[in-house]
Amino acid sequence: MALLNVLVYPDARLSQISQPVMEFSEDLRKFMRDLEETFRSFPGCVGIAAPQVGRFERIILVDISEKPKHVNHGFLVLINPEITFYEGSSLGREGCLSVPDYTGKVERAKFITLKALNQKGEKLEFQMSGYEARAVQHEIDHLDGKLFLDRLVSRRNALSKRAEIPTKP
Amino acid sequence: MENWLMLTLVGKDRPGIVAKISHALFDMKGNLGEASMTRLGGNFTIMLMVCVPESKTVVQEKLQQICDELELFFHLDAVEAGLHQHIEPDVRISIHGADQAGIVARATDALNKAGLNILNLESDVGGSSESPVYIMHIEGVAGKGFDAVEQALQALSRENNVVARMTPIDTMVG
Repeated sequence: MALLNVLVYPDARLSQISQPVMEFSEDLRKFMRDLEETFRSFPGCVGIAAPQVGRFERIILVDISEKPKHVNHGFLVLINPEITFYEGSSLGREGCLSVPDYTGKVERAKFITLKALNQKGEKLEFQMSGYEARAVQHEIDHLDGKLFLDRLVSRRNALSKRAEIPTKP
Repeated sequence: MENWLMLTLVGKDRPGIVAKISHALFDMKGNLGEASMTRLGGNFTIMLMVCVPESKTVVQEKLQQICDELELFFHLDAVEAGLHQHIEPDVRISIHGADQAGIVARATDALNKAGLNILNLESDVGGSSESPVYIMHIEGVAGKGFDAVEQALQALSRENNVVARMTPIDTMVG
């Protein structure tokens, strides 16, 4: 087990697009353990994506169970995650391990349907809403080389119409 | 120790104020920090942190020339300041209703007593001249908890016939 170094903006590697996981190897399992240990070392943090530690594969971890008032699915290991349905929108405040000392308002879909694989390569499917859906959308953005900074809503014009940036590259 | 100045500037709005002021500061090798710049009632206003190697007097003289040209008033204060000192708000408050004298005073007094530390406040008067509408957004830290803020807002709403709501801010860090 080892703590991995988290890339910090403006590191250009954070805009790299991550590739799907093809092989569920021992090396992957070891990486997943390190990723989880790194994730757990930041109290209050509810998600991490593999590219944040410099591994450009489509892997995210999400766990909002420390925020008990939000409906959640517990600790999630999500490999090759894909959002197949979006509905509604909500404005919430986000921060990021890769962007210290800054938080801002971001609009996200309120409800999503998520497909992914677990560590054994088995298919998973979830319906998610609210805070957990926000966390998943934030982490999947990392896989597509995007940060919440790319989606910030102006403080003053929080209610005005604005262009959405596409979720898919 | 860094030499931070707080620049306060106001004048009739016209295009180019931000560009000309920031360029002048850049020419003095000024490093801009956090800033709030906005148009208020036809005026453009700036509050800006700037760290400059020059003395306050020199900055004052140089800015004076540009501000005279642009018909802007400004003021400089040497301040103890630093970057990377953000405080996270944990509550957002929205208040709106028919505009009335004293609403800001009553709202902020009630919120202060309820333990709220205001980090950011934006207010506007919209509607029409005949029927102006007041809208205020506040973000802050609820020092005595959300219930105290909620109760203060309920009383404010009842006594002043305004809509006053709070939403906890639960920042998602991923």
